[in-house]
Amino acid sequence: MKEHDSGIGTYIVVWGALIVLTAVTVSVSYVSLGLMNVVVALLIASVKASLVALFFMHLRYESRLVWGFALTPIFFLVLIIAGTLSDTLFR
Amino acid sequence: MDPATAREAATLGIWTFLATEVLLFGGLFTAYVIFRIQYPQMFYEDHLKLNRVLGAVNTVVLIGSSLTVALGIAAIRKGKVTLLRFYLFLTILLAATFLGIKYVEYTEKFSHGLSPGTDIFFSLYFMLTGLHGIHVLAGMGALGTVLFLAGRGKYSETYHTPVEISGLYWHFVDLVWIYLFPLLYLVG
Repeated sequence: MKEHDSGIGTYIVVWGALIVLTAVTVSVSYVSLGLMNVVVALLIASVKASLVALFFMHLRYESRLVWGFALTPIFFLVLIIAGTLSDTLFR
Repeated sequence: MDPATAREAATLGIWTFLATEVLLFGGLFTAYVIFRIQYPQMFYEDHLKLNRVLGAVNTVVLIGSSLTVALGIAAIRKGKVTLLRFYLFLTILLAATFLGIKYVEYTEKFSHGLSPGTDIFFSLYFMLTGLHGIHVLAGMGALGTVLFLAGRGKYSETYHTPVEISGLYWHFVDLVWIYLFPLLYLVG
């Protein structure tokens, strides 16, 4: 397996984006949007998580096999939460 | 086993471990979702009692530590051991800063009579941040070991798998916090 690197410049840009997104999510939290607050917060968190995984964790350059290993737990996480909700919501 | 195969096996190994970690935190996240739906008023009122500014500062600290780890790995991939050790040292320093701020927050909560026994929200807050804190400690241990071994000349341009693996673990600790911060501090 070859080691690909995004280069130091890319790391700095990704870091900058993460800082800006943190500032945005904190600012938005002071505005009352009702349920949209949760949606926006989770959306921004997921963009940040994707940036970390793709660039810092080098997922961009990994094989399909590694992608499979990385994405499987997300499927199970959704399954656990959705499965439990399907019980507690309809009692 | 040839080195490339060994490295791929190690990469799959750490991602498998991280999958179990997702599910470890997943149980608590599930509890969070269920109770947030059940007690929206409690979650709303309690989340205002957390220190949003300190939470945000800690987010910036952890993101910075992720950058230093990434830069450290980039350095050792070019065989720069001294630079790797510098970045690892910086990362551990940032990790300690994170825990220091967390300590200040916990002290503040306890002095206001807010403890894990207060209600479900604070129960979840202390469980989630406590479990995450333990992971920060473990990460410091792993990175500290790598820093020590780098000083003894164990890593080079051709062999540095442990640096990559502990780096992936550290980024995961950052990932968990990226979700914990908004869920606990911002939207309650």
